[in-house]
Amino acid sequence: MKKLSVLGRISIFLVVGCVVALWFLPMWRIDLAAPQYPEGIYMEIWINDVKGDVEVINGLNHYIGMKTIHKEDFKEFVYLPITLMVFCGIGLLVLVLNRKVGYYVWTMIFLTIAGVSMYDFWKWEYDYGHNLNPTAPIKVPGMAYQPPLIGYKKMLNFEALSQPALGGWFFIVAGVILVGVCFYEWKRTKNQLR
Amino acid sequence: MTKYLLTLMSLGAIVGFQSCKMKTTEAAVSGDAASKVYVAPGKYDEFYNFVSGGFSGQVSVYGLPSGRLLKVIPVFSQNPENGYGFNEETKPMLQTSHGFIPWDDEHHLALSQTNGEHDGRWLFANANNTPRVARIDLKTFKTVEVLELPNSGGNHSSPFITENSEYIVGGTRFSVPIADQEAALTQASFKANFKSTVSFIAIDPTTGRMKIDFQVVLPGMDLDLSRAGKGPSHGWFFFSTYNTEQANTLLEVNASQKDKDYIVAINWKKAQEYARAGKGKKMATEYYHNTLNEENHTATSEVEKEVLTLDPNELKDFVYLIPCPKSPHGCDVDPTGEYIIGSGKLAALIPVFAYQKITKAIADKAFEGDYYGIPVIKYEAALHGEVQKPGLGPLHTEFDGKGNAYTSFFVSSEIVKWNIKDLKVLDRVPTYYSIGHLMVPGGDTKKPYGKYVVAYNKITKDRYLPTGPELTQSAQLYSIDGDKMQLLLDYPTIGEPHYAQAIAADKIKAQSAKIYDINVNKHQYVSMGEKTTKVVRAGNRVDVYMTAIRSHLTPDNIEGIQVGDEVYFHVTNLEQDWDIPHGFAVKHAANAELLIMPGETNTLKFVPTKAGVYPFYCTDFCSALHQEMQGYMRVSPKGSSVPLKWHTGKTDSAAAVAAVR
Ligand SMILES: [Cu+2]
Repeated sequence: MKKLSVLGRISIFLVVGCVVALWFLPMWRIDLAAPQYPEGIYMEIWINDVKGDVEVINGLNHYIGMKTIHKEDFKEFVYLPITLMVFCGIGLLVLVLNRKVGYYVWTMIFLTIAGVSMYDFWKWEYDYGHNLNPTAPIKVPGMAYQPPLIGYKKMLNFEALSQPALGGWFFIVAGVILVGVCFYEWKRTKNQLR
Repeated sequence: MTKYLLTLMSLGAIVGFQSCKMKTTEAAVSGDAASKVYVAPGKYDEFYNFVSGGFSGQVSVYGLPSGRLLKVIPVFSQNPENGYGFNEETKPMLQTSHGFIPWDDEHHLALSQTNGEHDGRWLFANANNTPRVARIDLKTFKTVEVLELPNSGGNHSSPFITENSEYIVGGTRFSVPIADQEAALTQASFKANFKSTVSFIAIDPTTGRMKIDFQVVLPGMDLDLSRAGKGPSHGWFFFSTYNTEQANTLLEVNASQKDKDYIVAINWKKAQEYARAGKGKKMATEYYHNTLNEENHTATSEVEKEVLTLDPNELKDFVYLIPCPKSPHGCDVDPTGEYIIGSGKLAALIPVFAYQKITKAIADKAFEGDYYGIPVIKYEAALHGEVQKPGLGPLHTEFDGKGNAYTSFFVSSEIVKWNIKDLKVLDRVPTYYSIGHLMVPGGDTKKPYGKYVVAYNKITKDRYLPTGPELTQSAQLYSIDGDKMQLLLDYPTIGEPHYAQAIAADKIKAQSAKIYDINVNKHQYVSMGEKTTKVVRAGNRVDVYMTAIRSHLTPDNIEGIQVGDEVYFHVTNLEQDWDIPHGFAVKHAANAELLIMPGETNTLKFVPTKAGVYPFYCTDFCSALHQEMQGYMRVSPKGSSVPLKWHTGKTDSAAAVAAVR
């Protein structure tokens, strides 16, 4: 009884679909607001790009010595699509092999990708907010400009809100499906052994 | 005659006084007026109000109902505030066949229309003095085209528009000898040589580009104001006239002799057919056509060499005259297109003509004679009726779309509301003081909004804090929602406002440009980023390719300029964020500053006359480090051996030169 259930096999399509959605939808979104930006400015992180008011943010941040953001500087935009493509490939392999253990491994891979990505994102935010240009025109003692990993934070005159965008939610759904199905398959095994 | 006029004026003063007898300024405004014009901070006005700038040569934009000034758009006058007419890009806009003319007198505005409604694409403006017509793009609120009109003297009845923006017109106020001829200033010479022309300017429906399609040459008389027909009368244009007496001196008296002057009715569709059929005459002339290209932010001038003229003496049945008492000023068509309201400014009644009666009179040949060969329709045959004793000095009429007309009275200083069908006076309110034009938002269209009427006044004594001998002009906002007009607000205006237009904010707001996309900046001297900045010498011409971004100019140190060089600063604003212009000014520059919009390139010409060091800086407070946004240019004596070099942010200038190259 090491084979996947029908539900398990269907879930592979759903997970792959959710992950593929990242090629068409933004993953993450950071919103900024300040008195002189009543209409708000935002930045969207895609699987292979950074969009939104990036130039505006770059222009503002040079006063406090933050690095400017350029798509070209992110090796993640090369690695992440490849990683996720491989992940989808493995999923199809699991489908063909039709073994529960494959599914468990696949889920582990997913959680690893998710964990590493969040850590990488946090690390980028940390560097971005802490590695300030020593000759920056405006220096606020003790101030760092690390945006929130997730949630709301007030930074000087700016309010920042960081949250998953639509693609990000698809990714989260993929994770929920994977973990849920693992649990289901495991339960099923136990029941059948009994 | 003078005596008669004086009596009339003093009579007017008495009537005017009595019509608002004992009404103090305070009494004229009732309690809840303030709440009706209060637009809270951060909230938007309901209408854009475009107001002519009169002798300022500009157009001002106000919000209604707040009366807040939103912008001043330079059109026919140089504007040091943003370099219009001073910078190299816009200088061509003010070129004419008589050279560079940096001022004009701007009277009337016309918003482009589709199906008889304002569509929010363009705004047209007339220049009265050096006959010109301008087009303003309502995406950028910039003057993008100026067309000179030949064979014209005083482009006053302009730029009125047809219901699908097929044509705007330019009608001569001063009749002049056409084809730029010289003539004696005697009455005989006037009658023989002086003509009036109406230019029909075709509007390209997609680009808005203007072109004189044809000119109608009329006998010498003064064309005053105009309106296009609409609905049933679409295809016709109506012009009021004065001085059909053809006086050439002391018109105050000599042009006020006849009991009736004329409204000129021109069947432009027929005129267009004649023009298409090659029945016009091509006349050699010369006039300028200036256009601003918003891709390269640069204006260019073309010289047009020819104009097609149509003579109603040779080509029959497209021009008719309608007698109208007495020196008519306004000539307004109601929203249904059926009624044409003439306003004899020296008359004590308002004649209303009916389009159906005019066409019937033409069919029946109900003419009382002719004027230089042009048929004159019998007054009674064209008349719908007269508004009796409405006030003194009727000038202009606008409409609320509910069958009511609002006429301004200069002499008795009031607005009078009356019913178009039964010609009964319904209401009157005083204005402060001596109203000229008035405007209902959309009041010249098929569908007026009918919410407000705005008075544009000539005199404002006692309305505001005094400011020396000259006081501001004023606009006054009245509610016309109810049966009674109610004064809500008055606000000062620039120049002397004449006519105005207003359009629902929704038709413009959403399409308003925020920036110029720098990636499509096609300016000849653009710098696409700081790395491409440079200084290039060719003979005694030096081109400085400069960029501006918060908060520095690149380059900010320039050496190797010599006395007598023609230095062109081509400054590109690299910002791509709304409302972040940068300014650029050089010490002792003999013109103005630049004000460069995000993504735009502007050029300042500077010819140093003395050696020295010339600071330059950003003039628009752009950021926390705006004050630091500055630099130096070193000017050496002519023939100096100081090499050309430039940089920003490098202390070793030699290295900087190498890096940039
Ligand atoms: Cu600046």
